[in-house]
Formats: sequence, structure tokens, C-alpha cells
Amino acid sequence: MTVLAVNTQDLAGLNWPAVVIALVQVVLFIVISPLLVGLIRQVRARIEGRRGAGILQPWRDLRKLLGKDPVRAADSSWMLRVGPVALVVSSLLLCVLLPLVGTLSLDFLPSDLFVIVSVMLIGVVALALVGLDGGTAFGGMGSSRHMTVAALVEPTLLLSVYALSIPAGTSTLSLIVGARLDTPGVIISPVSVLALVALSIAIMAETGRLPIDNPGTHLEVTMLHEAMTLEASGRDLAWLELGSWLKLAALLGLVGNLAFPWGVVTEFSVLGVLIGAVAITVKVLLLGVLLSVGEVFLAKVRLFQVPELLAGSFALAFLAVTASYLVA
Amino acid sequence: MSVLRLATLIGRGHHIAEPAPERPPLFPGAEVLGGSVQVRYINAGGCNDCPLEVSAAFGPVYDVERYGARLVPSPRHADVLLITGSVTRNMAEPLRRTIEATPTPRFVIAVGDCALTGGVAGDGYGIAGPLRDFVHIDIEVPGSPPEPAAIVRALRQLTGR
Repeated sequence: MTVLAVNTQDLAGLNWPAVVIALVQVVLFIVISPLLVGLIRQVRARIEGRRGAGILQPWRDLRKLLGKDPVRAADSSWMLRVGPVALVVSSLLLCVLLPLVGTLSLDFLPSDLFVIVSVMLIGVVALALVGLDGGTAFGGMGSSRHMTVAALVEPTLLLSVYALSIPAGTSTLSLIVGARLDTPGVIISPVSVLALVALSIAIMAETGRLPIDNPGTHLEVTMLHEAMTLEASGRDLAWLELGSWLKLAALLGLVGNLAFPWGVVTEFSVLGVLIGAVAITVKVLLLGVLLSVGEVFLAKVRLFQVPELLAGSFALAFLAVTASYLVA
Repeated sequence: MSVLRLATLIGRGHHIAEPAPERPPLFPGAEVLGGSVQVRYINAGGCNDCPLEVSAAFGPVYDVERYGARLVPSPRHADVLLITGSVTRNMAEPLRRTIEATPTPRFVIAVGDCALTGGVAGDGYGIAGPLRDFVHIDIEVPGSPPEPAAIVRALRQLTGR
């Protein structure tokens, strides 16, 4: 009986506004992440002089793939079945944890910097294992490159958000965004600018965009992300695609909210949530257009130069941390 | 050429893609694809005439991507196998394995006379036979080589756009 009593008390004490916002974030990002990818491809096609398949094309791809039964390699294990779902779950958890629509955070699941980076790592490892499981040469090569990039990206991610956390005095991302909303002057401080540039480069690497990885390539020598998904088909492929799109959208949303926190819900109200949802959609799509235009003018860097680029972003993040102690 | 100059040129030239011709009727059974067609291209053995026309169909002028067709790097991702050339002895086994690795429902488009009849080298010692001895062909694109517009038309029958 006492156990039951405690449970009901817990339920009543649950932070309902935060739960609602988390649900809104998940649903919203499932809807807009294929649109974001469609928009990125469409803008790129227009700039290149093509017509493009339309913004809704990723949705059509996803719908078709979800209806197809996968063909799996004869020697593949349960990893090929579970890995794609694990990637989607980790990306959905990112959508729950990050302050995207609102800064209200769940009490039992902190949106702490370290929690978020480890949730992201679950997806990274799942994807790498899926790449290995097919047993093809390209899959293994892709996984090895993917883990190399991931190992170089994680410290930058941690360090750059750490630099942002020093002025706010907390490592909880929702509180950092809240603090930036209260004192907007912080946003254009050198610490913040350095950390945001470092974070952006790290996110480009993490989500497999140019100049680190070319999402449109099919060339064996240059593939990173594509190489790992070569052996996935049907439903498996759909989950892998959706997982990576969700991650891209959520991380762009994080950058958007750190650079321009206005519109984020700090106190729960229905109108506020609506405004928050519209604001984050606009931010993510605008960043997507910016990313797409930038990518047209960029070439992929050589694989052996990727560590140099990422070391550069790490240096920026390190400078940001140092500056935050000296300047602030 | 500076980036700005390039941007103005592209802006002034507007679209390179030709205006879309009339939409062909949907291929029976292609409703399941819902306007999204992933294409795996296979050259089963030929003179490389047809591959040039296929790559032109996916280029910016004929731009088959605007109708929802996309080239993919793996047969596991594919809905459509686009096959050119008569099947040589060396390609017979890879072709069989590629078809096996493609999830169903899948459609096969045979491009060019070599794939359809064997072509000029059809009786040669290196040829294992025309394509229809190995796989059921859904859509035939005759020609030696066929025009990119004909390949675009065949793919549009599957995307329905």
C-alpha cells in the first residue's frame, strides 16, 4: 500500500507542463525533420539549376520505406534489427531533453549537458554497429570513420557547451537558454560567439554534413554516413534515415535557441506553446536554408584533414572556456 | 570566376532543366511506391553508350530527380533496377546476386537494344544471353542507345509524377 501511495504521489508531483512540452517537441520534430531535409535538398537543387523533387519528397521516401519488408544479409545478427530503432530512440530522447519549444525540464530526467552528449553517443554507437553488422567492406570502413569523427567531436561538443554554461552557472541546457533570454547581452560576448562557432562545426561533423561528409555522395572513397547504411533496407533504412534527420533537426534547433533564444516558452500557457512551436520551426528551417546555401559553395575536405578541422573547432571551444574565466 | 559572379550567372540563367513533358500513365502496380523511386543502376555488359544516356537523364537538363526518382548506392535501398547491356558471362552472377539483394516490390527497367535482344554482340562467346533470360522485365526502353527523354519517361511511369 505504501508503495502505491508513493507512486500516486509521484504522478501527482510530476511536472505536467514539462511533460506536455516534451510531447509537443517530439511530435513537432517528427513532423518537421523530414521537411527540413526536403527543404535543404530543394534549396540546393534550385541553386544548382535543377528543379528539385519538392519539400515533401523525404516524407514520400519514408512512407514507402516503412511499407517495405527489409532484406537482410544472411549472416547479419539482431543488431541490424535493433540498431536502427536504437538510433531513432536516441534521437527522440534528444528531442525530449533539449530546450527546443520550451525551457521547462523534466525533474526525473535532467537536460544536463553530459546526459545529452551520452544520449547522442547511444545513437552514434548503434549506427556504427549497424554498419559493421552487414559484414561488407564499406560498412566496416564507414563505421571506423564514423567513430573517428565521433571521438573528435564529443570533446568539442562538451567543451563548447561548458563554455556557455560558465556565465549561466549551470550545465543544464534549458537553464542556459533561459539565462540567455534574461540577459541577451551574453549572446554577443566573445565567449558565446567562439563557443557557438565551435559548436556549429562539431554539429556539422556529428550530423554528417559538408565539409566533413557529403550527404549526397555515393562514391566509396568519400562515404561516411552513407557507407554504414548500405546494408539496411526497407523499414530498417527508414528508421536510420528518420533517426539522423531528427538528430540534425534537434541539434539545429539547439543552435537556433542558443543564438536566438526569443520565442522559447519559459512559463507554460497554450498560446505560449503555440508561439514556441512556430518559433522553433522557423529557426530550424532558416538554419536549414543557411546550411544548404553554405554547402553549395563548400567542397568536402580530405578525410585526413577532418581531424585538423575538428582540432580547430576544439581550439575555438578551448579559447571560449579560457575567455569565460578571463573576461567574465 | 568569383562566387558572386557565379551566383549572378545562375540567377540570370534561371533553370537549366527543360520544361516537363506530359505525364505518362502510371505503370500498374507502381502505386505502392507513392511517388518515391530509388534507382539502382546496373551495367550488365555493354559499349557504355546507354550509361551516358542514363547519366544524362539524371543530369540537370533532363532532371529526372524532379519527378521523385533518385540514384542510390546500394540495391538494398532500391525499388527499381535500371539495367543496360546484354548480360556477359562475368556479370551473370553479380546480376543475380544484385536482384536477390533488392527488397520487393521491385521493378526492372531494361534500357537499350542490347538488354532487350542481345544487340550486335548478342552471339558473341562472352555473352550469357539477353536480360530476359535472367529476370522479368517490367518496362522496356528500346533504342541503341535510347534518348534520355525515353529513360525519363520510363521512370515517370513508376513515380507517377
